[in-house]
Amino acid sequence: MAAAEKTPVRGTGSVALDSALTWVDARFPLISTWKAHLAEYYAPKNFNFWYYFGSLAMLVLALQIVTGIFLTMNYKPDANLAFASVEYIMREVPGGWIIRYMHSTGASAFFICVYLHMFRSLLYGSHRKPRELLWIFGVLIYLCLMGEAFFGYLLPWGQMSYWGAQVIINLFSAIPFVGPDISLWIRGDYVISDATLNRFFALHVIAIPLILLGLVVAHLLALHEVGSNNPDGIEIKKHKDAKGVPLDGIPFHPYYTVKDIFGVVVFLIVFAIVVFFAPEMGGYFLEANNFIPANPLQTPPHIAPVWYFTPYYSILRSVPPLFNSQFPGVVAMGVSVMILFALPWLDRGAVKSIRYRGTYFKAALTAFVVVFLVLGYLGTEPTTVWGQFGSWLGNVDRATVVARVCSVIYFLFFILMPWYTKVDKTKPEPERVTH
Amino acid sequence: MSDDKQINKSRRNLVIACSAAGGVAGVAAAVPFAASWLPSERAKAGGAPVVADISTLEPGQMMTVEWRSKPVWIVRRTKEMLDGLTKVDAKVSDPKSDVPMQPEYAKNEYRSIKPEVLVLVGVCTHLGCSPQEKSAEDKAEMGADWTGGFLCPCHGSKFDLAGRVFKGSPAPVNLEVPKYTYLSDTRILIGDDTKGA
Amino acid sequence: MKKLIAILLIPAATFIAPLAAMASEGGVRLDTAPIKPTDVLSLQRGARTFANYCLNCHSASLMRWNRLEELGLNESQISDNLIFTGAKIGDLMDVAMTKKDARKWFGAAPPDLSVIARARGADWLYSYLRSFYRDPARPTGWNNAVFENVGMPNPLWQLQGERVRVEEKAKGSEGKEGHGGAATVVKYEMVKPGSLSTVQYDETIADLVNFLVYMGEPAATTRKQIGIFVLLYLLALLPLVYLLKREFWKDVH
Repeated sequence: MAAAEKTPVRGTGSVALDSALTWVDARFPLISTWKAHLAEYYAPKNFNFWYYFGSLAMLVLALQIVTGIFLTMNYKPDANLAFASVEYIMREVPGGWIIRYMHSTGASAFFICVYLHMFRSLLYGSHRKPRELLWIFGVLIYLCLMGEAFFGYLLPWGQMSYWGAQVIINLFSAIPFVGPDISLWIRGDYVISDATLNRFFALHVIAIPLILLGLVVAHLLALHEVGSNNPDGIEIKKHKDAKGVPLDGIPFHPYYTVKDIFGVVVFLIVFAIVVFFAPEMGGYFLEANNFIPANPLQTPPHIAPVWYFTPYYSILRSVPPLFNSQFPGVVAMGVSVMILFALPWLDRGAVKSIRYRGTYFKAALTAFVVVFLVLGYLGTEPTTVWGQFGSWLGNVDRATVVARVCSVIYFLFFILMPWYTKVDKTKPEPERVTH
Repeated sequence: MSDDKQINKSRRNLVIACSAAGGVAGVAAAVPFAASWLPSERAKAGGAPVVADISTLEPGQMMTVEWRSKPVWIVRRTKEMLDGLTKVDAKVSDPKSDVPMQPEYAKNEYRSIKPEVLVLVGVCTHLGCSPQEKSAEDKAEMGADWTGGFLCPCHGSKFDLAGRVFKGSPAPVNLEVPKYTYLSDTRILIGDDTKGA
Repeated sequence: MKKLIAILLIPAATFIAPLAAMASEGGVRLDTAPIKPTDVLSLQRGARTFANYCLNCHSASLMRWNRLEELGLNESQISDNLIFTGAKIGDLMDVAMTKKDARKWFGAAPPDLSVIARARGADWLYSYLRSFYRDPARPTGWNNAVFENVGMPNPLWQLQGERVRVEEKAKGSEGKEGHGGAATVVKYEMVKPGSLSTVQYDETIADLVNFLVYMGEPAATTRKQIGIFVLLYLLALLPLVYLLKREFWKDVH
């Protein structure tokens, strides 16, 4: 009895298992970790649809790591061999195509999950005090993910890999004075070459994943330190029972494990539909031009980044060059991502959740989502996609004008946030969570 | 109380059902990953049977073909060479080829399908070196009673002209006879015995 | 819930719209390739055309000969009827010509065709291979309506015959809204029929394109078959995990 109190092993029903657990727990905080992060981590009981994407993003991360490890077993990071080695995986390695399609689909799935996860945060104010650091870890994860995707996209060594990397690396050339040298340093050659491929490979399979994993741990630790937010944007820790358990909290395990398992199965159904029936996803997940081996002498007629980068690419393109320099566009693109870090301090709303926010915030968020999607779409297309305005407007491309307007709205969403969140007519928050 | 038990029972059944179904899914998901370690089509093509044309192989001569990155010897043995084999029966450690280092159809005194044509994997059964041919003329090196065979340069294992290992050699067993078959009188398929003519 | 669906539909709509737009991209209207990926006989005919006419100059060096066994051919059929280079059955579909020679003879090395169908699309290939015409201005004497000033002469001219491009002044007012001025209508006329009729030739090309599509992703048919099983299993799993969730959430009030 005394031993049981010291190491509070839950009766597993098996003496052998109980004693094994006791043995481990005397040497490793197994039970206490389990309790702190699962069985006695109390999450608000009113999580809705939007709360699936955190765990789904973790699932995709695991999937990417496992499939990635198996891809490296046959991939050759060599400019002469890379393209054929990917097709070798697709054709000659047993089960290779399934692993590769899971990885290529997983990349897009990762961004879908992360974008929806971040949108959830905007909806319910999950970035607000005391979760600022949690949000910052999240944005860092997002940045790492962008790096991971960018480095990984060069590896198949197709035309889009090559020219996409060429364009992005050349953005650094726009930095005044040191730009060209920085680009050269990143490439390790005067063009994208074997040296570039090899270092991108190292970054993609070792460096960034290590940082990513560390950040995910930090993200989770920060989350479990402050506790999860919820669709009402109120703190469940305000009302606790005698034992100190939040009245509106339920143990993550088993309640949210079983709920997330349901979410996982739904996700896997969608994922399987793409992997097995539309792995190219109409050219959005795998581009047709990437089935042509990289050719430094011939640029494809239309280069666009993969869809998850296109909102930022649109912003880059929409900024007109200044003194023949693309630098302002590059800065705008950089700022458009970096501004996310400031979000917890830009938001001055009296309430967190959109449920109790006023019209201003709702309108601003709607506008933000719309311009983000429009920018994303325009980034996949040439600027001529919507034709030109008449000569009375200087024959400018319609799409460019729309992208400019959208870019301005994108930035206004953040810049005006301290104002419109503060003056917004909010509704009173409830004391306890609602369903 | 009984109500609680009811819930727990159906709950336990569901947990068991989901665990089982999820487990099956997990195992199924592991299949492509495990399968990816099997030989690829390239490896299979590299390990595919090879055809050897022996139409120009004169009696007493030896040719080497590559099969799965290993040398395979083909020797057209003369009458004297075949006669020499029975003379060394007492000196080899496995004269009747009891150790299965050859397909059933080559388990005979000549270790071959046709007595005169010997097909052997030229890799020493000791540590994997490739032995060298030593003809009956090499008596100075191999001893007065040498009737022809092979000598491994690494640790001196000796084999006769049927690939049988001499007693006292470090090699434990006879040289391997690969699967093979005659596609025609002059073409041998090495590595596969199911497609005979 | 309705709001939720609406929110989810917005991104879906933005994805679908460009797909429709993409189809009309490029100057020439492409014909839809009438291909059936599961029609083994069509694939066999396509493989034969490919081996006879394409592999002389183009390689398909990511494809192994013995993979054609998937199309219902046996080893000796492949070796005897399709391989003209003395390659072994397990070899890749390489071409004897070196890249250097090719560049010397054609100006550019003919591209490898293993994944050409994934790069170009079936419709483009189907239209392209049927759009050659005689053009004395070109070094090869051939031009193509889909791929202007292409380096490749029509490899199938004996089958298709020789066509020329004819420009006619448009009758009536039909073409006038275009670029202004006298609109012209471009036509192609057969000047020297080939050994096949137009219908037969189109069928031959459809088979060839079918084969090219197969070669672009030989596992595609298997992929879809496995996909159906995976989906059925997951769909069966779905109510089970839903019941599990509901069972546990009975506790939560």
